Amino acid sequence: MKLKDAKKTSFPWFGMDIGGTLVKLVYFEPVDVTAEEEQEEVECLKSIRKYLTSNVAYGSTGIRDTHLELKGLTVHGRRGNLHFIRFPTHDLPTFIQMGRDKNFSTLHTVLCATGGGAYKFEEEFRTIGNLQLHKLDELDCLVKGLLYIDSPSFNGQAECYYFENALDPERCRKMPYNLQDPYPLLVVNIGSGVSILAVYSKDNYKRVAGTSLGGGTFLGLCGLLTGCESFDEALELASKGDSTHADKLVRDIYGGDYERFDLPGWAVASSFGNMIYKEKREAVTKEDLARATLVTITNNIGWIAKMSAVNEKINRVVFVGNFLRVNTLSMKLLAYALDYWSQSQTKALFLEHEGYFGAVGALLGLLNFT
Amino acid sequence: MADCSQAGSGRHSMDKSITLPPDEIFRNLENAKRFAIDIGGSLTKLAYYSTVQHKVAKVRSFDHTAKEVDGDPLYEISVQEEITARLHFIKFENAYIETCLDFIKDHLVNTETKVIKATGGGAYKFKELIEKKLKLKVDKEDEMSCLIKGCNFVLKNIPHEAFVYAKHADSEFRFQNTHPDIFPYLLINIGSGVSIVKVESEDKFERIGGSSIGGGTFWGLGALLTKTKRFDELLQLASRGQHTSVDMLVKDIYGGAYGSLGLTGDLIASSFGKSATTDKEFSKEDMAKSLLHMISNDIGQLACLYARLHNLTRVYFGGFFIRGHPVTMHTITYSINFFTKGEVQALFLRHEGYLGAIGAFLKGAEEDNPNQYSWGENYAGSSGLMSVSPDLNPMQRVRSGTFDMLEMDRLERQLVNLPLLQDPSSYIPDTVDLTEDALARQYWLYCFEEALDGVVNRAVASQPDLPQAVERAEKFRQKYLHKLQTLRHQPFAYGSLTVRSLLDTREHCLNEFNFPDPYSKIKQKENDVALRYFQKVVRSLEKLPWEQRQFALVKGLLAGNVFDWDRPWLIDCYDQWVERLKGPPHKCALFFVDNSGIDIILGVFPFVRELLCRGTEVVLASNSGPALNDVTNSELQILTERIAAMDSVIQAAIKEDRLTLVQSGSSSPCLDLSRLDKALAVVVRERHTDLVVIEGMGRAIHTNYYAALSCESLKLAVIKNSWLAERLGGKIFSVVFKYEVPPQSPGLRR
Repeated sequence: MKLKDAKKTSFPWFGMDIGGTLVKLVYFEPVDVTAEEEQEEVECLKSIRKYLTSNVAYGSTGIRDTHLELKGLTVHGRRGNLHFIRFPTHDLPTFIQMGRDKNFSTLHTVLCATGGGAYKFEEEFRTIGNLQLHKLDELDCLVKGLLYIDSPSFNGQAECYYFENALDPERCRKMPYNLQDPYPLLVVNIGSGVSILAVYSKDNYKRVAGTSLGGGTFLGLCGLLTGCESFDEALELASKGDSTHADKLVRDIYGGDYERFDLPGWAVASSFGNMIYKEKREAVTKEDLARATLVTITNNIGWIAKMSAVNEKINRVVFVGNFLRVNTLSMKLLAYALDYWSQSQTKALFLEHEGYFGAVGALLGLLNFT
Repeated sequence: MADCSQAGSGRHSMDKSITLPPDEIFRNLENAKRFAIDIGGSLTKLAYYSTVQHKVAKVRSFDHTAKEVDGDPLYEISVQEEITARLHFIKFENAYIETCLDFIKDHLVNTETKVIKATGGGAYKFKELIEKKLKLKVDKEDEMSCLIKGCNFVLKNIPHEAFVYAKHADSEFRFQNTHPDIFPYLLINIGSGVSIVKVESEDKFERIGGSSIGGGTFWGLGALLTKTKRFDELLQLASRGQHTSVDMLVKDIYGGAYGSLGLTGDLIASSFGKSATTDKEFSKEDMAKSLLHMISNDIGQLACLYARLHNLTRVYFGGFFIRGHPVTMHTITYSINFFTKGEVQALFLRHEGYLGAIGAFLKGAEEDNPNQYSWGENYAGSSGLMSVSPDLNPMQRVRSGTFDMLEMDRLERQLVNLPLLQDPSSYIPDTVDLTEDALARQYWLYCFEEALDGVVNRAVASQPDLPQAVERAEKFRQKYLHKLQTLRHQPFAYGSLTVRSLLDTREHCLNEFNFPDPYSKIKQKENDVALRYFQKVVRSLEKLPWEQRQFALVKGLLAGNVFDWDRPWLIDCYDQWVERLKGPPHKCALFFVDNSGIDIILGVFPFVRELLCRGTEVVLASNSGPALNDVTNSELQILTERIAAMDSVIQAAIKEDRLTLVQSGSSSPCLDLSRLDKALAVVVRERHTDLVVIEGMGRAIHTNYYAALSCESLKLAVIKNSWLAERLGGKIFSVVFKYEVPPQSPGLRR
């Protein structure tokens, strides 16, 4: 399947990122479709466009993040809107089945996919959906997507932001950040697990660290500890809890600051360290446990990110990935942790389209696909 | 092990009313001073300084000016009391603390002691109890400073303190050489949280980082997830679990490996990630295992980032999370290996549990200047490393919940490296590591057990007039037998098991039961006899032509009357040696001597005499204390005087300071060139020593056979053990004559 001219890249334009927990899908909806084109457009294509753009939820688990939609974007000479859709990876078979039911394969389009699932489910796409996946490397896509999305503004607003006065909860505010000259940049992608990349230029990046303590760990542990069933539910619980009921703080051990080593009394000495005592286990609430899990995972990522930044001599760290979706708690913690432990030498940055850069990269891969 | 199995048998009756066996624990309390205590979450470690009264054999020369009568012994031997300093460390469960304090109070005689240094999280909890019971003021010391101080102390004074853990290797523990310079290093203490400390010198250290995800996280989260309350039980659960059912692996996301990044399919992508995506129930074991991996990997990664940032390769792990638990040592080792791609090895310490107590003790003992001395682990009084996989070692179960001990003797001399080692950091004294060589281990343990009767008999015979010699000898037998049995199960108990350590352990046990020198009388007699022949031997050697004389001298060194002399020998560098002798003389030869009697008097002295005549200065290094029938420094002084009286060459050399006697600093039949008397090192350097002669099985075969020196060396011995001879490719009584010239030594350039 070879396309000589990008303009002739046939619709529909999709980019897909199949992660361990979530599938992220971006869909480019052309708004400059000529009458002639519309005539030629096969029924199937129309129905896909209509289905995706007129709904905000798909099945019981698919969701379109309408607030992220990029409007009036020009991509490869075409004008249109970019839609952002996500659903759990375990529902991928339903998605493939739907593609089959809607005769997606008759469009002879290229489906670009990234993330581990592009490899794991390749066979299912082929045998069940009669679709050939074009697989792209996930970190390539992440970097490409990130650099791409950052360049056009987000419907007139800033894509990138940071928290001003991160150390002062009263005065902490979200502020736009201009990432026009992005290099070098440390990218911390928090999905089910965590990957940390040092990006030196458009084509030059390397994975410098990673950890298995990521979003999957937060949700997995929260589920086991509190019985909650979704990420949003876990966050809701966490927002009402107090992690210091479960954690052992420096002041719990030393009565105050551990001055010998400049450790403030409020710092966590041992995550869940109070849970070794029966009476404290009995007194702790689900909310406290959810909060402690969130704080533990978030601080750990912050610390590894900070260490990686020092090792790579990079002072801007951008955190992305779906762990941060609606998770202001974690973002502020990260901003605080980086500011505090680096004596304000390192800045924590965030992006509005936090979890979708891999999928965007896959879409760009489709357009560059010759 | 004698102590622990006895203590263990009474374990079930042990409660607050137990009677402690004073022979076994809290020894020498009557002279104890300078107490320190480290109270952790479950274990208490007590330290004190004490003096031990020992019987030692002394030799004293008779007045030689008086007319000598045939049949008079050469010198007199007397057994005297000597007082040596010893550090005692005892570890027991917190439950016994009150009993132990009562016991100490009842037995403590010394009233000068006013304070007890205390550290550890539990120190303030038990403060009142300690002050009430012991009438000592509790003086708290910073935990981390104590830990570092203790760590420096064991690294400096205990060879084979640090080890690498390899779960699936033949020997789980691979002990490391003590690097002559222990600094800088990284200490990662995994208690409830994690502290990462960079140690640059004795007094300079810095906490460079840490993490809140540590042992408390494993314990706390583990208790919540599995409803299992005890830390040990959680580890047990984890050791039986499968983390792959709970964790999301790379292959769960990719279907296989993530090849372009080199991430294998089995790598954990998201800890507990499967629990996030399925509603499955997980077993306690699997969750505990997943948690263990999560925490170990996180710590491993952090350690690796810090090691890289500070450019450090020596990384020691300690804290209750590690403390002898094979499961955590394994996961930490695995993680460090993974993150550093094998560049950094995770190191663990044999006495890790004692670091805080040792450090607190040292802080209180600064006026005794403990750091100015060298200390040695007393194998007789120390329990050794016990903890291994519980299913592997039934003795472990008996042990846990009782008492563990470490005793360290103050050595009279400060020990340093021989300045002539080619590479001190890679020098390994021992030729065969019995920890790794199971066949050799079996053989030697059997040998030492077989020889025990003889040793016991000789010990009894050496003290015909002293009380309870038979009873004491029997106690010695039991003690050493238990040590051998322990080592059969746990060859790693005192570091790498070697013939040297077996010999040294035997010497320590003999000393413990006041048999300081079972060979003293035999040595005396043999020296006497040999002296009578000295002049005759020298005269007959002098008559020989040069070439023949050189050969006869070498034969003399090899105690050449015993066996077959057909050359080539098993190792035969004799021709090269003779060629070398035709060249210019050596500046100075350092000679590590071996046995008393014929060997020293009729073998070594004639050889030394020849060297002196060639214009070579000679330094004779002999043991500081007795071991088997080896000649000791004090004996050698008397012998030398006597020989000088008969021989003008020796006399002149002594007068002109061309022949010097030094002590090695050791009381072992073997030789560790990395622990020698500082004064010896000074002499060696001052005299520009360019030849080292090492003689005898213990010093040249069991140890130093492969030692690489920076100057010329001669290693010579007759292998008087058929098994060992066979190992080296020869027969019993094979001769080893190894003459080595280091690349580009001055000897060659000439």
